[in-house]
Amino acid sequence: MNPCPCFFRLGKGRRGSIRFLSPPVFLSSDLQLLQWGSEGSLNHRDRNSTPQPLLNPRGGLLPCCPGAGRGRGLGAGREAVTSSRRRKNMAGASGLGTGPGAAGGDGDDSLYPIAVLIDELRNEDVQPPLENLATVEETVVRDKAVESLRQISQEHTPVALEAYFVPLVKRLASGDWFTSRTSACGLFSVCYPRASNAVKAEIRQQFRSLCSDDTPMVRRAAASKLGEFAKVLELDSVKSEIVPLFTNLASDEQDSVRLLAVEACVSIAQLLSQDDLETLVMPTLRQAAEDKSWRVRYMVADKFSELQKAMGPKITLNDLIPAFQNLLKDCEAEVRAAAAHKVKELGENLPIEDRETIIMNQILPYIKELVSDTNQHVKSALASVIMGLSTILGKENTIEHLLPLFLAQLKDECPEVRLNIISNLDCVNEVIGIRQLSQSLLPAIVELAEDAKWRVRLAIIEYMPLLAGQLGVEFFDEKLNSLCMAWLVDHVYAIREAATNNLMKLVQKFGTEWAQNTIVPKVLVMANDPNYLHRMTTLFCINALSEACGQEITTKQMLPIVLKMAGDQVANVRFNVAKSLQKIGPILDTNALQGEVKPVLQKLGQDEDMDVKYFAQEAISVVAQRLRKLDFPVKDSGEPSVPRADKNHFPRPRVPGEDTGKGPVYPLHGDTRDTLAQLEIAELVHFSQSRD
Amino acid sequence: MNTHAWPTVFGGGESERTRGGCPSPCGLDVTRMLGEDCTASRQWCHADIISTVEFNYSGDLLATGDKGGRVVIFQREQENKSRPHSRGEYNVYSTFQSHEPEFDYLKSLEIEEKINKIRWLPQQNAAHFLLSTNDKTIKLWKISERDKRAEGYNLKDEDGRLRDPFRITALRVPILKPMDLMVEASPRRIFANAHTYHINSISVNSDHETYLSADDLRINLWHLEITDRSFNIVDIKPANMEELTEVITAAEFHPHQCNVFVYSSSKGTIRLCDMRSSALCDRHSKFFEEPEDPSSRSFFSEIISSISDVKFSHSGRYMMTRDYLSVKVWDLNMESRPVETHQVHEYLRSKLCSLYENDCIFDKFECCWNGSDSAIMTGSYNNFFRMFDRDTRRDVTLEASRESSKPRASLKPRKVCTGGKRKKDEISVDSLDFNKKILHTAWHPADNVIAVAATNNLYIFQDKIN
Repeated sequence: MNPCPCFFRLGKGRRGSIRFLSPPVFLSSDLQLLQWGSEGSLNHRDRNSTPQPLLNPRGGLLPCCPGAGRGRGLGAGREAVTSSRRRKNMAGASGLGTGPGAAGGDGDDSLYPIAVLIDELRNEDVQPPLENLATVEETVVRDKAVESLRQISQEHTPVALEAYFVPLVKRLASGDWFTSRTSACGLFSVCYPRASNAVKAEIRQQFRSLCSDDTPMVRRAAASKLGEFAKVLELDSVKSEIVPLFTNLASDEQDSVRLLAVEACVSIAQLLSQDDLETLVMPTLRQAAEDKSWRVRYMVADKFSELQKAMGPKITLNDLIPAFQNLLKDCEAEVRAAAAHKVKELGENLPIEDRETIIMNQILPYIKELVSDTNQHVKSALASVIMGLSTILGKENTIEHLLPLFLAQLKDECPEVRLNIISNLDCVNEVIGIRQLSQSLLPAIVELAEDAKWRVRLAIIEYMPLLAGQLGVEFFDEKLNSLCMAWLVDHVYAIREAATNNLMKLVQKFGTEWAQNTIVPKVLVMANDPNYLHRMTTLFCINALSEACGQEITTKQMLPIVLKMAGDQVANVRFNVAKSLQKIGPILDTNALQGEVKPVLQKLGQDEDMDVKYFAQEAISVVAQRLRKLDFPVKDSGEPSVPRADKNHFPRPRVPGEDTGKGPVYPLHGDTRDTLAQLEIAELVHFSQSRD
Repeated sequence: MNTHAWPTVFGGGESERTRGGCPSPCGLDVTRMLGEDCTASRQWCHADIISTVEFNYSGDLLATGDKGGRVVIFQREQENKSRPHSRGEYNVYSTFQSHEPEFDYLKSLEIEEKINKIRWLPQQNAAHFLLSTNDKTIKLWKISERDKRAEGYNLKDEDGRLRDPFRITALRVPILKPMDLMVEASPRRIFANAHTYHINSISVNSDHETYLSADDLRINLWHLEITDRSFNIVDIKPANMEELTEVITAAEFHPHQCNVFVYSSSKGTIRLCDMRSSALCDRHSKFFEEPEDPSSRSFFSEIISSISDVKFSHSGRYMMTRDYLSVKVWDLNMESRPVETHQVHEYLRSKLCSLYENDCIFDKFECCWNGSDSAIMTGSYNNFFRMFDRDTRRDVTLEASRESSKPRASLKPRKVCTGGKRKKDEISVDSLDFNKKILHTAWHPADNVIAVAATNNLYIFQDKIN
């Protein structure tokens, strides 16, 4: 359950003063805690603790607390997890400084993860564990415990359910602390369907009392589970019991409870007939749409499509459309933005026969005003969906009514608005063709391409392949090609990097011939640029383009340039030559590798600069392998024929970023840190085998 | 932590404590409850100065923070037959280092470890939670008891050394063994990097899931479970800092209405904001200001009208503000003027010039309500603190000092002589000690128990028990 659905979603970077994006100054244990939960954290944790298995990463923070000796209070049971992958995370997370090589090693069949789990669980004196975990104060743990309890409930026979599970739910529901009562809210719906009538009545009674609990936390939990519970109830009970509960929660004194009732409204509405909806639900929903708190109105706007579907076309026309109009002109920008986001879905969900008229007459006037809204978030929310209306309204309406809006938004002062329009061009293209827009499009693109903020430039680069596809090769060559080349010499690395990737995508779109004529010559010219950064860009471009361009162009046009640059006076260029050769090696044929690449690499391998030497050796090993493969084709061509460094023989900590799933493709590439071993093995294995 | 680092030893020998008392104007018989051994000769250090005092919702726990970044929590003893007078005594429950001094390398600024505010969270399970903040970083602490210890871990030996994960061939379930009660404090969340200026207030919302933090120019809203994001709801920073005319001095949520909060400014005004009406609360919905009396206008008017603390009454109907010379009670329904104004130390009005010179005029006195909102308390100089009974309109000056408050004796009301003849037991304005100031006080939410922080000493007084 997201405890506060709307408020903490929007507003990112609304003002300069929101500085939550900046990283913490000090290494806080709390932040580590946060990372443990996520899948991607495995590598991170490993890296932290690899060098010294006994290092307690939290050591620095705790010694002053009385509990420091224990050290575990912090991480205790933060995550009660079930999947084995997660358990490994927890292994790293237990804060004991456990050798994570173990966790990262061949953990799946060892007892290690279970050992960690058991040791974690002892923290709460566990009788029975899940029930206890459902009462701890960490929400993540509680939610996981409830999730597991829900799964377990399905395994119970009806008899066992009543004998063991229902009493457990009752204990939780009548617990002293709100934590157990909130957990109980999520369990009613799983035991209700299979319980006997007497027990059912009790369950309903308990849910009722939780809905009027003293603490807002429990009421929030109850409100968020109300819809789910309604679904398993008999229709009569829904009408007689759930609806009053819903009405009460929707008029709760706490904003955070009322807004969750809106969510429940969707589920309840799906269960009731049209007449019942009108009498039982609509009064409350109308009230919610006009609630004093913008957060509740925001929820109505955010859930509008679901509400629309649940309520059916008649109520939509009579009630929801007027409500939506109000939301579109709400005094709070967050609400307007949420409503603007729903404009397209609203149109799509309307009955096909009259949706054109409804949108034209009842929605479009409001949209027109939003185009010139004072708040940029509203405008950009609208810009992200407005193009979708064109398919609904058809060609003529689009040209007459929507096109002026698109054009206005393309000229908007806020780059995000323009970007959103450009990113959705494909919808319009289908309806009216892009030519209608291209006159205004071009200035907008050029302006974004030269925006002072590099993130804006980055965003427009990402849309270039899409635009190229929409606009066609001629228009592109004429207008946009020069922009794409200009980005290659941008002073921000991220832009240059994105520009090279962009070139690759363009080549994939327009073909090698186009590449050979327009792109490659321009890229290769930069190899003579006085600025070494630009010379390196040439190499990066070659890395990206070689595959798309194929062997011929790579060998004939690119390779000579790369080899020539091996004599560059800047070491960075030289070792990037080595990297490039490694990268394009697989594309080249044996002759080129043997005759041209290998000598150059060997020369670089003797370079005075340590890094150049290192990367040259690395490239040598890859190239050598490639050569060997070409010389001795193996039947099982997927596997390299070198004796692989079996992971069982080398139980080593994994390197960050290494794909643990596939195993190392090039065994020697595995531990890039150990240069010495690298060189030794490279000599032993590769050149002895390949030199014949 | 070494006990000697905290020079005041609380809960000393039983013999020191006596009971007795005399009626005070608030109907509160104040009894000194806890002795402190900080002798006058002993040089206490800067880090020991208490910087905040706060009771939890039940009043059973009392937290203090000091300039050394430490938090000390006291627990009230339960009724005990063998020690009939022990009920109500507060003894040290837990001590921990909440904040450490830091250095902001980007701005070349030292960040003090001083605890600016402590706020308890409503109790949600057997453990207690509190928020503590220094100038920049807010931390959520969990204070929990442990009387069992697990033995027989899989991952480590009995002596705590880690076992080689590959040697684990059999699993065992750790067994819980009883042990001596231990109270441990652990940091649960750290809310950092959201404030450019110094945090002066934190306040927990009645929805129990959000809280606000206010610095000189901005107020941020946090979710208690989300540390990497906060929402700025008030921003009074002008585009040009030279146009800055006022700063935020304190902020607090309404005790019951989740959408209402107030913040006070250095200009002596209070703004009440409704979070329902808009996501950004730059526009207030109520503005409390008392028109200035032109006759008393002086060079210091603006400085002494600055509000140093704002507190809602428990009922939520009133709020109280403290400025330099007075404490005012406002009805939330009347913005034009306060319903009550109590003079705290009006005799200082003639001394403002010297108070300005020794910077005392910028002292930030706090104020607090009693449990039933019928009395208020705030501090003054010379270790004096003042109590005002709102019903009877009586007030009293009391002194928190080792000399005047003998154990088990009642506190005697003190009087400051304002010109003319000095009567017996009166103290003249000129002999007030301005280095002894009581800035932080707290009142038990239900009982007549008060905690008064006098520089490095904490005094806890209690209603007379017959």
